[in-house]
Amino acid sequence: MDAERLTDAQAAAASAAEHAARSSYGRLVAILAAGTGDLALAEDALGDAFATALARWPESGVPENPEGWLIAVARNRRRDVWKSADVRRTEPLGDGEGRDGGRAGPEPAVDPFADLDPWRIPDRRLELLFACAHPAIDPEMRTPLMLQVVLGFEAARIARAYTVPAATMAQRLVRSKRRIARAGIPFALPDRRAMPERLDAVLEAIYGCAALTWRGDAASLAGEAAELALVTADLLGDEPEAWGLAARLTLGLAARRPGPYVPLDEQDPVGWDARRIDFGETLLGRAQARGAVPGRFQLEAAMYAVHLDRRRTGVLDLAALRTLAAALVSVAPSLGAEVALAAILGRAESPAAGLAALPAGGERFQSWQATRAELLARSGRRAEAAEAYDRAIALSDDDDVRVFLRGRRTELA
Amino acid sequence: MRYTLLMHYPEVSPEELGDEVMEAGRQAMSSYAATLQAAGVLIGAEVLQPSDATTTLRKVDGALRIQDGPFADTKEQFGGSFVIDVPDLDAALDWAGRAPGLDWEGAIEVRPGATHTVDGMWMPNV
Repeated sequence: MDAERLTDAQAAAASAAEHAARSSYGRLVAILAAGTGDLALAEDALGDAFATALARWPESGVPENPEGWLIAVARNRRRDVWKSADVRRTEPLGDGEGRDGGRAGPEPAVDPFADLDPWRIPDRRLELLFACAHPAIDPEMRTPLMLQVVLGFEAARIARAYTVPAATMAQRLVRSKRRIARAGIPFALPDRRAMPERLDAVLEAIYGCAALTWRGDAASLAGEAAELALVTADLLGDEPEAWGLAARLTLGLAARRPGPYVPLDEQDPVGWDARRIDFGETLLGRAQARGAVPGRFQLEAAMYAVHLDRRRTGVLDLAALRTLAAALVSVAPSLGAEVALAAILGRAESPAAGLAALPAGGERFQSWQATRAELLARSGRRAEAAEAYDRAIALSDDDDVRVFLRGRRTELA
Repeated sequence: MRYTLLMHYPEVSPEELGDEVMEAGRQAMSSYAATLQAAGVLIGAEVLQPSDATTTLRKVDGALRIQDGPFADTKEQFGGSFVIDVPDLDAALDWAGRAPGLDWEGAIEVRPGATHTVDGMWMPNV
């Protein structure tokens, strides 16, 4: 028991260290790339130092000044490279090497960190996020680009999350970065006119980062996405939907536990992370304090909050959930939102009402089939339910969800 | 940073358009150019004759082949360009978004320059 706790604590410390390394990395890339627009160059300058930080900080702890540490290591590495270039320079190089007698290796004249005060690195990650989610960048590449340049994930890791070959992802990332530099995509906040649309793209890309590992806990990409949402909301200060997304992702993590899949409304609240729930509710409060008509992320966060409130009240407030789900369908219509509303109607009214509310044309979607199966089962239409469960199982991309659905199908008999 | 705004739009003859529409089009183009000029971003602009006046050259097996008509026979044709000098893509997109060609069922391609000549010498785009 004690040993287990210790392991938990160690894992938490390692995850915190990794998070610190990623957040320092993003801050430095943002500063280095802002001047030149050259992300690849900024990443080159930091790459080695960041890899060292990822390896060392989980054991040694996060240094007092993480950015200063990264800059110092990056500088030392460069010096090493120049030294080895010196060694090569003394060797005979043959004729015709030009006026200075044959220079080898990179030119030591430019220090990318020269103008940086390691104790006062401004946070320009927001500008970097807006560059990654620029309308001139392929929407499919915005999230992968963020994962790489803002959070320092390697192409291979991102490729795994998207189940594409590593070389393919690496090539797409290189192309997108070159595009940012060549097309002159600015590292800047959009003006007030363009802000709503451009912010949507940024939030959508961060949400995409969380959706990649929707079953992952705080130590996974989902945790990094929640942090990124928080940074975005904090740096923007006054955007309700940014706070809404931060709340949504934080609350999502509160109920996340590795192991068998259990739907939110069947989970035992004892397993939930009370501190995270409180924090998520505070964030949601900040979003709602702006008084505007709630947007998609605020509504989704509010629905999560209703579910998690079962911890306090012991019952699920279906009426509140229904109001929010209906609002979500009207504010941000999507198949997912309509399916969620149908599922709630199926509980609040009757399985028949839920079935009637299922949107047409959702046959190819897992959540549509799973919801339909559940509603059919509760209507006593067993044969049809079994068939819908089979379809849902075939459409699932998560092993634990498949196990859960098979269990439900078995219960039919 | 220099960008070229490449205007593509369906070609309609002056007769089909009528004098009034043609005149409105000319007005829109001159006020667009005047606005770019006043903002200090205009390097140059050119509106081209319709593609039935164009001639395309190729070299086939070392011999010049001259062909009447445009390089690509598409519904929208390349109709002209504006070269502007602005800080970044957002500024270029902002100017391009106000181009009259967009009201003529056209599309505008915003393309960064790589290099251009100054007094016959090639200069990089910065």
